[in-house]
Amino acid sequence: MNFLLTHAPILIIALPLLGAFLTPLISRLHPKMRNIFVLTILIFTGFLTMLLTRDVLANGIRVYVLGAAPSTLTVPTGSIMPVRIILETDALSVLMAMISVSLAFVSALYSSKFMENRTGLDKYYTLLLLLLAGMLGMELTGDLFNLFVFLEITSISGCALVAFYTDRGESAEAAFKYMLIGTVGALFVLFAVALLYGEYDALNIGYLASKIQYSFLDKIALVLLVGAFAMKAGSVPMHMWKPDAYGEAPASVVIMLVTSSLASLYALLRVCFTLYGNVLNTAVVGWIIIVLGVLSIFVGVTMALVQNKFSRLIGYTAVAEIGYMLLGVGVGLASLTNGSIEDYGLKAVQGGLFHIMNDALDLGLLFLVAGAVFYSTGKSDLNKLGGLAHNMKYTTIFFMIGLAAVSGLPPMNGFASKLIIYETSYQLEPLGPILSIIAILSSILMLAVFVKVFHSAFLGPKLKEYENVKDAPRSMLIAMGILAVFIIIFGLFPDTVINTIIKPAANALIDYQGYIDKIMGGV
Amino acid sequence: MIQHFPFIAVVILIGLGIYACMFKRNLIKIVIGVSLIESGVNLFLITLGYVKGGVAPIYTNAPGTNMVLPTPQALTLTSIVIGLATTALMLSFAVLIYKHYSSIDAKTRRLKG
Repeated sequence: MNFLLTHAPILIIALPLLGAFLTPLISRLHPKMRNIFVLTILIFTGFLTMLLTRDVLANGIRVYVLGAAPSTLTVPTGSIMPVRIILETDALSVLMAMISVSLAFVSALYSSKFMENRTGLDKYYTLLLLLLAGMLGMELTGDLFNLFVFLEITSISGCALVAFYTDRGESAEAAFKYMLIGTVGALFVLFAVALLYGEYDALNIGYLASKIQYSFLDKIALVLLVGAFAMKAGSVPMHMWKPDAYGEAPASVVIMLVTSSLASLYALLRVCFTLYGNVLNTAVVGWIIIVLGVLSIFVGVTMALVQNKFSRLIGYTAVAEIGYMLLGVGVGLASLTNGSIEDYGLKAVQGGLFHIMNDALDLGLLFLVAGAVFYSTGKSDLNKLGGLAHNMKYTTIFFMIGLAAVSGLPPMNGFASKLIIYETSYQLEPLGPILSIIAILSSILMLAVFVKVFHSAFLGPKLKEYENVKDAPRSMLIAMGILAVFIIIFGLFPDTVINTIIKPAANALIDYQGYIDKIMGGV
Repeated sequence: MIQHFPFIAVVILIGLGIYACMFKRNLIKIVIGVSLIESGVNLFLITLGYVKGGVAPIYTNAPGTNMVLPTPQALTLTSIVIGLATTALMLSFAVLIYKHYSSIDAKTRRLKG
């Protein structure tokens, strides 16, 4: 057990990576065996993540130095700076890793029936596991160049999955767009990494954070990093790839893409709060993030109103949801500099982080419902659907839960986190009240969007062409059920969730000094 | 002056690449733009790693113990490999788009709004 815990950070990345390339081999034996193998890999990765989470929450940040004899030797003897690749996991990293692994598990469970009759499934599962490995790598690493490599792994495998339905031109088009955005964004990241390396001769985030001067070149690097990660997270003005990719990819892939955009958001937070935590003494960056967030909320919701394709519509609300997280975290970042972090800033960050978790669950559930509707009827045009509630009872119930959660209605988790965001952004000086008014109004509009969908797809008389439609198969229902149960639990007991995992994560995000000290050995 | 040439080349390469990505409508030209940006960034990385009179970090051949830290070269190699993968994947998407739409003009598209 102790051995597992010591090597947990690298095993969490290595296991899906190894599993990814074993999958095609096992696929030769039997397709069923392959599905079981993928699920086993995911369960084991989840178990390791749990182990790591428990340890990090109890004992603080954990480092793992690749290639060092004792795996905690961050600065080699005789050297003044860390030269090896270091994985550094704090409470925020493990929170993100938990989200990624659990959503990947749900996705794999859902795929086993949803993708059943497709060809090329061994490659599909390989890419799915690779995507997971890339996300976990981004979340656990403490090295900037590693961050770039894992970012590229996620974008390559994600794009290949978006184009999975090769028989349709639209998927290739969406994949090309996503790939273009992803590659250019990643190259911006690499350029910023090169700038920082040229100045400080190091790639380690903790070491760079302790040395950073906030010179002109550092500012350029910050702009490039924030721009690239906001682009990959899908915030306005670079959101146009998101509805395309989410609308065209298979539903089981979309929930992985949702978590991969959250991983980019994590990288954005890591850059703003940790890498530049030492020197960021103006509220400008915080306000830029707030403005991006508010614009994303507004544009996402208004564009969602006019859509008539089910998954594309949810894709636009995903843009809005990213906006809520950016708003929460941006308020926290802006309050760091005007000295009110204790009053409401920390609370705002907690709201943003809690919303990351809730967003993955809510949007995940809605995309899976859209996938189930597509699976049963073969259609995703909302104008042609109708009266599905008669035959698809469970799916309808799950859709109602997702609808309530994503538009922030009280018994669900979306309400808990959105309320914190409204409350805290209201207190920000100046303009705070306007921010929270826009956020609340957009949330109401979002309810309108989903009520429209509910009405046109599920309510109404039985249509003739859907008379013999059956509800989704059991494994898909179980996958949706897992998400629904979590949504309700988090909604009923938000305090417990916030106290056990969100609060430590928010504290870890604010505490850049602790992150540096762990690398530099408290020098 | 001569030592600044690589950096000027970097700026020109990245600028041309971004121009191609933003204003060209031919998908192949967009891919070329992306790979131009990539070459610019790679050139920047490798220029940073150049030390005048530096010794390659091969222990058996080095005269002393002062050797160049090979990190930028390692980074460049990694990024070239990644660049190959992304370019190949983007070109294969362009092929797929051509198969379905019989055109590689970015204007012929169905995903709008």
